Amino acid sequence: MQMHQAKRVAIIIEAPMRKRLEDAFQEAGVTGYTVVPVLGGSGRSGRWSSEGQVGLSGGMVQVICIIRPDRLDQLLETTFDLVERHIGVVSVSDCEVLRAERF
Amino acid sequence: MSEILALATANIVSPIILSFVLGLAAALARSDLTFPEAAAKALSIYLLFAIGFKGGVSVAGHGVDGKLAATLLSGILLSALLPFLAYALLRLLSRMDRMNAAAVAGHYGSISIVTFLAGSSLLAQRAVEAEGYMVAVAAVMEAPAILTTLWLVSRGGSSRVDAGLLREILLNGSIVLLVGAFLIGWLTGAEGMGKIEPFIGAPFQGVLCLFLLDMGLIAGRGLRRSRGVLGAGALIFGIVMPLIGSIIGLGAAVLLGLSLGGSVLLMILAASASYIAVPAAMRVALPEADPAIYLTLSLGVTFPFNLTVGIPVYYVLASYAIGGF
Repeated sequence: MQMHQAKRVAIIIEAPMRKRLEDAFQEAGVTGYTVVPVLGGSGRSGRWSSEGQVGLSGGMVQVICIIRPDRLDQLLETTFDLVERHIGVVSVSDCEVLRAERF
Repeated sequence: MSEILALATANIVSPIILSFVLGLAAALARSDLTFPEAAAKALSIYLLFAIGFKGGVSVAGHGVDGKLAATLLSGILLSALLPFLAYALLRLLSRMDRMNAAAVAGHYGSISIVTFLAGSSLLAQRAVEAEGYMVAVAAVMEAPAILTTLWLVSRGGSSRVDAGLLREILLNGSIVLLVGAFLIGWLTGAEGMGKIEPFIGAPFQGVLCLFLLDMGLIAGRGLRRSRGVLGAGALIFGIVMPLIGSIIGLGAAVLLGLSLGGSVLLMILAASASYIAVPAAMRVALPEADPAIYLTLSLGVTFPFNLTVGIPVYYVLASYAIGGF
């Protein structure tokens, strides 16, 4: 089976910033992504959990996208201004996909 | 003083307050009792819809008087101006930096709808009626404080408010639901109430108990994780600011000529601190501000204070000012 190289970008960010991050993805031409709820965790800002939360402020979400390697820099530049000041983690990893034309 | 003690005692042993205490104690004792996020949100939607609808039905039944517009305007002014006072008081009492002080101040201009619900519950127990439109006043008091906070922070610098944030602030889900349910109740009146009363009437207190259990869990977890975050000055602020806010609210209520019930609710609105709408806006606009400070103060200090001691105190003060004792 022919596989193609791609980049997997996973951004964990505060829930109130989700819409803005999705807009930044669109601006960078990334129209395919997945938003994943996260239950809780711990980081430089202390422990947090989504349990029982009514408002958005205490929660985090993870936004994952898979893109062609040549589009990575533009995506990171577009999203950097947004994520720079906020709690969260940006990670990039290599992956392989079956249908390259979809990314 | 004896009236306050008697009312506070009766208030504390009510199921809703004891549910909050249970949640608080469970979290502080590190129990694994938790509420699923979706369940907490569903309870919140139910309560907002029910209180909004009941307010609208009340207005439909009693009609609109000239005080409605004046009370709404007073609510907007209170929400917009209280953060200035809170900011100055916090800077005076603690060594908190400008950014965090402004973020905290915004919470104290906005409102806690659960405190409002608890106050409404106390009024219902004592068969004291309030103006139905106080629900609408609660809704209009959510947002102005956020704008004041952002102005406080961006003085002399670039604005922190963009069109997207402004839309999120003004069309916050709880505001839309509260106002929308209020309008539905107003339009459909007693007939509408007759159709859904079994759903929004009888279960209301039980749902409020569960919601306060969850609030107790959140407050307890927040207090446990934020130990040492607040200094003595900030803690004093968390108790003194609601008292000052309530007095200002009472002054406004007297000037407006509100009933005893309406006065108590306006005091509660002026005394309470947000922990839903404002923190979300602060995370977007002021990410540099520490959420552990403002959430611990509003949810861990002021909310329990208002729930247990504040509401009875406000009731007694309003009773003396308006008449009722």
